[in-house]
Amino acid sequence: MFAYVIRRLLISIVVLFFATIFVFVLVASSGNPLALLNANPHIPHATIVARENLLHLNDPLWQRYWIWLNGAIHGNLGTSISGQDVASEAISHLFVTLRMVIVATVIAIFVAIFMGVLAAVRQGKVTDHAITVTNFVLLATPIFVLGLALKEFVAIPINQHLNKIIFYTDGEQSPTLSGSFFSRLPDYAAHTALPVITLVLISYASWAIYQRSSMIETLDADHVRLARAKGLSQRRVLIRHVLRNALIPVTTVVALDFAAVLGGAIITEIVFGWQGLGQWYLNGVLTLDTNVMLAYLLITATFVIGFNLLADILYGVLDPRIRYA
Amino acid sequence: MPEPVAQENFVIQTPERVAAVEAGAHTLAGVGAGLELSAGDAHGLSGEAKSQSRIVLGRFFHQRLAMIGLGIFALLGIASIVVGHFWQYSYTSITNNLNDPPSWANPFGTNAIGNDMFAQVMAGVEKDIEIALTVAAMATLIGVTIGAIAGFYRGWVDSLLMRFVDLVLVLPVLAVLILLSAKLSKESDNWLGLAFIIGLLSWTYVARLVRADFLSLRERDFVEASRALGATNRRIIVKHMLPNAVGPIIVNATLTVALSIIFESTLSFLGLGVQPPNVSLGLLVDQGQDSATTEWWLFVFPVVFLIVLILSIFLVGDGLREAFDPKKSRVRA
Repeated sequence: MFAYVIRRLLISIVVLFFATIFVFVLVASSGNPLALLNANPHIPHATIVARENLLHLNDPLWQRYWIWLNGAIHGNLGTSISGQDVASEAISHLFVTLRMVIVATVIAIFVAIFMGVLAAVRQGKVTDHAITVTNFVLLATPIFVLGLALKEFVAIPINQHLNKIIFYTDGEQSPTLSGSFFSRLPDYAAHTALPVITLVLISYASWAIYQRSSMIETLDADHVRLARAKGLSQRRVLIRHVLRNALIPVTTVVALDFAAVLGGAIITEIVFGWQGLGQWYLNGVLTLDTNVMLAYLLITATFVIGFNLLADILYGVLDPRIRYA
Repeated sequence: MPEPVAQENFVIQTPERVAAVEAGAHTLAGVGAGLELSAGDAHGLSGEAKSQSRIVLGRFFHQRLAMIGLGIFALLGIASIVVGHFWQYSYTSITNNLNDPPSWANPFGTNAIGNDMFAQVMAGVEKDIEIALTVAAMATLIGVTIGAIAGFYRGWVDSLLMRFVDLVLVLPVLAVLILLSAKLSKESDNWLGLAFIIGLLSWTYVARLVRADFLSLRERDFVEASRALGATNRRIIVKHMLPNAVGPIIVNATLTVALSIIFESTLSFLGLGVQPPNVSLGLLVDQGQDSATTEWWLFVFPVVFLIVLILSIFLVGDGLREAFDPKKSRVRA
């Protein structure tokens, strides 16, 4: 087991290394980072040359990559177009995004398991049909549509109706927020509720569909019939013998879907005006801010590779039949 | 795998004979006697192979939800073309009614510049379908080719291709799409380029499916039989192995259609997708979001059509999956 984890870890590091090359080439080909400066007639030529030297634009691609990688290993991700330190900016935006993504993923997992199990147990009945139809409708809804609809037709009417703000629809916290952590908590909650609901509804649907079919498959298994035959209660059969086995494939799917959740977070942040990583990245792309784009893609790639590793390890922990050869 | 060696043991190998015998070997997978079949017998057996697709279609047509999905999708597709040609307004024409609520003349109302929203929504549906079908065709072609090559040849080709797939999957598709579409969004007629980049990022799942299928198919007896008969690798892949992997490919192509509409509309919402004067449903939602509560028709109609369009495709895909493989009931999307 230990050797297996170490080997997977080493493979992950190699994948991450190749991912940095891939990311760098992708960003380098996305456009000239000085295009905006060049287009501005008021900027003297000397400034542009100085910027070119700062960004090493006259060096060959591999050399630029090497400089960037060296910096990144030492925690230095360069400066953004406006002269900010990218690494410290990235970290502050990352915490905003994680606040949304972690809460949403945890809730979505529980909702997915509950809905999937319920639909499987009531297979073919009204509950099953209602859940399945809901899941498919949510699967077919782009995340920005759901976010906008919740904002315009749920949150704002509720706020107006009650004449006070239950759901904030813009920003991750009130700009004037201060005080101890516990006194700030209600403000965080009111800002986080709507984005989290959006992200949960979009993420859970495909997991619930998966959980349902995984449950149905396990319900048919021989060991479940045996458990019933020896007189175990329905509840015990479901939890000990069906759910435990049915959770295994879903765990992997959830971990592997993490990239998609991060993609969804970009849109959720934009709809709800959160200053998270996604919003930061989009601005970086629009202003051709190379270091910002690189930092975002590096961070997400690291997270996704980390979750893939976690999926592999969890799979083994949950399913003892898997051998670490 | 044994190389095709014993060719000289066979009688003269005319192409027709190879084809006929292969067909027999194919359907009689695992039965050594297949090599002895005459052309006539092989013909009779390939009739059975045809009824396989009829069984699948029969199962598909018997599912209510899938048929509803297919009906809605066909209706939307036809309606978008008919409206584009015969409706009194085109999506670019400007009426004198500004921000009018739905009426008989403008069933979906008009927007702030006076465009007829019915024409706009239908043009959006048409553009979305165009883009989505282009993406699905492209992604399926790339994915099947790469998956087939990786699964058939194995070895270093397989490792190389699959590590590349892993690399593509390491980044959120949407983040890469944002990066690639930013440059593209400065051109006005960019929908084909947009379809191209979405297609470039959508083939990985098909490639994995086809590879997995091919890894097991290549060990089957009918493949060995046709190899022994001297069929080329290309012929084995295209004529014998691909038809056996067609189920997952078609199901996945359908899902790709739906997913690419989601991606395209998301990019359009960000201002990086379809550019005016072209319209897409995502762009219309973006333009209508500020007036969602005041001029609701600018927001609600594009949203409803977008969701219904994607949902109809998902229903077709789910029906196809069920029809191809009724035992297995899992969905990946």
